[in-house]
Amino acid sequence: MFDVHAGYIVLVSGAVTVLLRFLPFVAFGKRRPGFVLYLGRVLPPAVMAMLAVYCLRGVNFLTGSHGLPEAMACVVVVVLHAWRRNTLLSITAGTVLYMFMVQMVFAP
Amino acid sequence: MRASGTIRRALHDTIPVMTGYVVLGMGFGILLSTKGYGALWALAMCTVIYSGTMQFVALDMFTGGATLGACAGTSLMVSARHLFYGLSMVERYRNIHGLKKAYLIYALTDETYSLVCESDDEDYCFWVSLLDQSYWVTGSVLGALLGEVLTFNTMGIDFALTALFVSICTEQWLNSTSHYPAIIGLVASLMCLVIFGADGFLIPSMLAITVMLFALRGRIEDV
Repeated sequence: MFDVHAGYIVLVSGAVTVLLRFLPFVAFGKRRPGFVLYLGRVLPPAVMAMLAVYCLRGVNFLTGSHGLPEAMACVVVVVLHAWRRNTLLSITAGTVLYMFMVQMVFAP
Repeated sequence: MRASGTIRRALHDTIPVMTGYVVLGMGFGILLSTKGYGALWALAMCTVIYSGTMQFVALDMFTGGATLGACAGTSLMVSARHLFYGLSMVERYRNIHGLKKAYLIYALTDETYSLVCESDDEDYCFWVSLLDQSYWVTGSVLGALLGEVLTFNTMGIDFALTALFVSICTEQWLNSTSHYPAIIGLVASLMCLVIFGADGFLIPSMLAITVMLFALRGRIEDV
């Protein structure tokens, strides 16, 4: 049987998400004040750092693997990227190293 | 010729997103099917919501008996960061109009934002957005269809998305004259993570980042 309540949940959470995505464009579509232009320039690097922290939010340095797999993989990504400037290479190397660490070295 | 070059560039740049989205999407689809919702639900959620985090939270509310009001409130909190992406893309998307613009705004996920935020090429932005959503839909529907049949060990492969953000941070750092925005982003979110914990630090972080960016505006624009 069709789950009506779940259907409403999808519609409501979808509507809110889409609304939040459109809101800035609707509010500043015609007129773009100076602060919006400024945010457009400086937000991307700040947000990217925030997203990196967000991805690593579950890392616990006190127990388990002490965040070693994450730390080592991140260092590899940064160093490799600064050296070769090849996004695909940096990501593949970091991910493969991380998978090896959590599956083989620090296996649960 | 030029068009196919743009598509090829978008394909190349979105490979890390493909890895992450197909794997995460399959994870979502599998979870969905174990709770008794099939591939059509996966397709519907990837179209109506199209936000990984929000879809996992919504799925949680299917069975948790959440009221629609609570659902709206939770959605506001979880998706508030999209305001941020929108604010920084208003100027970049200013010359795009109609359905294409509507799609670009609708499809602005974390990962898509990370690729389009530095580009001025509207076709490139469009293909990146479209490819990213197709990866997400494919992964989710596949996961829902295959259910628990899958057994291969993909543990840790979701690190691809972390690595994507870290490599973009590095690239932006090497390309920028002022490092203040990146440092502010890192310091503010780490501080908020310590203070507010893993579940509730995103919104405080966004507020702290905005305040600090304006407080240091003179120094940042000086460079």
